[in-house]
Amino acid sequence: MGDAPLPANSSGNTFGSVAGRVRRRIDPAIASAFGCIMVVLFVGSLYSTSFLSPEYLLQQLKVASFLGVIATGMMIVILLGQIDLSVPWVVAVGGMMATAATGWGPIGQALAIPVGVGCGVALGLVNGAGVAFLRLPSMVVTLAVNAVAQGLMVVHTGGFSPQDSSSPAMRFLATGHTLLGIPNALLVWTVVGIVAVFLLTRTTFGRTVYAIGNRERAAYLSGARTRLVVMAAFALAGGLSAFGGVLLAGYASKAAQAMGDPYLLPAIAAVVLGGTSILGGRGSYLGTVAGVILITLLQSILSVMQMEEFGRHVTYGVVILAMLLIYGRGRPHSE
Amino acid sequence: MTGDWSYWLREHRGTLLAFAAFIVMFTIYVANHPAGLNANVATTAANKGVLLAIVAMAQTLVVLTSGIDLSVGMVMVLANCLASSIVVGSPAMTALGVLGVLFVGGLAGAINGLIVIYGRLQPIVTTIATGAVYYGAALALRPVPGGDIDATLADALTGQLWGAVPASLALLLALVVIVWLPFRRSAIGRAAYAVGSSEVAAYMSGVPIRRAKFVAYTLSGLLASIAGLFLTCVTYSGEASAANGSTYTLYSIAAVVLGGVSLFGGSGSAIGAIFGALMFRTIGDLLFVFNVEPLWQPLFQGIVLVAAVSLGSVRLLRIRNRLDLYG
Repeated sequence: MGDAPLPANSSGNTFGSVAGRVRRRIDPAIASAFGCIMVVLFVGSLYSTSFLSPEYLLQQLKVASFLGVIATGMMIVILLGQIDLSVPWVVAVGGMMATAATGWGPIGQALAIPVGVGCGVALGLVNGAGVAFLRLPSMVVTLAVNAVAQGLMVVHTGGFSPQDSSSPAMRFLATGHTLLGIPNALLVWTVVGIVAVFLLTRTTFGRTVYAIGNRERAAYLSGARTRLVVMAAFALAGGLSAFGGVLLAGYASKAAQAMGDPYLLPAIAAVVLGGTSILGGRGSYLGTVAGVILITLLQSILSVMQMEEFGRHVTYGVVILAMLLIYGRGRPHSE
Repeated sequence: MTGDWSYWLREHRGTLLAFAAFIVMFTIYVANHPAGLNANVATTAANKGVLLAIVAMAQTLVVLTSGIDLSVGMVMVLANCLASSIVVGSPAMTALGVLGVLFVGGLAGAINGLIVIYGRLQPIVTTIATGAVYYGAALALRPVPGGDIDATLADALTGQLWGAVPASLALLLALVVIVWLPFRRSAIGRAAYAVGSSEVAAYMSGVPIRRAKFVAYTLSGLLASIAGLFLTCVTYSGEASAANGSTYTLYSIAAVVLGGVSLFGGSGSAIGAIFGALMFRTIGDLLFVFNVEPLWQPLFQGIVLVAAVSLGSVRLLRIRNRLDLYG
């Protein structure tokens, strides 16, 4: 699932033993991330066995879905070797515009989700244009777009949390259950994930994203339409962030001013913990899934254990650092 | 000598542009302020501006080595919470408290540096994680806002010298003279610029890469803690506010960019970043004197930010070969 194209000279591409092939297919980073999930669950189960109950795990996967959708967009942008710091207010724009559309009446209710996502895509296109055509560092462009999105929402809502509530469709997606008690949010994340894996591994778009992340100049010289791909990647990320906001608004049945703030750093952390290189060009979606689940479980277990809030922040930071030190290190100069 | 001049101009273009833009904006601000330029108006503006300017200086040191410090705001908040607890009491206790705050700030920066250098992690993810740890420490010190600071020190730093000059500007000048200029002129400072321009080339030339990065990160933490101390002097209390921390981190990046420091590293100066920070603050004040509806202020601030960073793309006009776009 979603491995980066392997270099052609890697050993064993003729009659490579099955074991060797399996070893090559398993990214040590992803294996470590799943290993850490097991450790977190094990430590949690020592505290209380209810951490292993299907209800608890399903509930956690549901909560993880929101971060998962947002992290999917972040991952695509990170694969390009860029970063999207506009997540906080694009999430809020998605939630607020969707709830605002719901307030317009029956037509608005039907259009709530497309309106929210569309606004996110529009902001993502601005990000993409700044990076692809103005050649500005993504860190700055997305920061500025975040400020503009915040300004737009302050004007739109008058500085208060909007009074409109979310549409039935939004609530259905975020809180409902359809099949066998599986939360709809989890199904939504699954669909988003399958589409992302397909895009990244089976399409020209995905190949070009990896190529740009490895060396943009080479991708351009090979005839890839790098600017269009960068634009599309940022638009996709904007749309997914806003969709995350739509789901969150459905979950809480309302949108709020700072609803996106707690998602920026966890999204980056989830992508990086899943073995995606922050420099771009390397990483797989399975890793991001592991990262998202790990971060969600960590946050949940620390709060269920009633650790003081400061302890939660410290543990959270230390665990991320420790995991990255185990498998996320760069190469020394001498290599 | 003309060669020297044009070289000097080119080297300091970003700093000079930021300086000029700030002067123009501040002049417009003062000309339209109902009370005109008096010591109180200047002091209020200076206190707000200097706080961001110090954080921007801290950010610059790391950005010059082509890193980024997303924990500066959290170090500032940590220093704020610590200062509100220990910078009180007798003059000796206060002085010890100040030293303690600076030590903790330097330590936080040094930890960032050590992880980046020896852990070989990317600065952006390292400082995200350490930022969470520093914020946790701040929360442990001050679960609820409160505390106090020595009033003499606070008044001295936020008041006026000789009834006219804002003391905060003197503090900023002192930091430039004591921290920035010696760093810039030392071999370590040059090494930091070299690392930012091309780490591989610097390594091949035997530049002390590790020492340069370590000093840059440590000084950055130290400056961030001075900002936290100053924040305590302005607010007379400590608050472990995550919003405050991340706002200052993001604003410091904006100020650094407005000040002409390249986010790719190796070019720019902390003095540029200072004017970038002062400019950023003046934008907010300008909207206030022109009676822009408070609701519209964040939007205008965002648009100005977009316009300012878009100026960075002017360099594209000078590119002759399309391939140069994809360095």
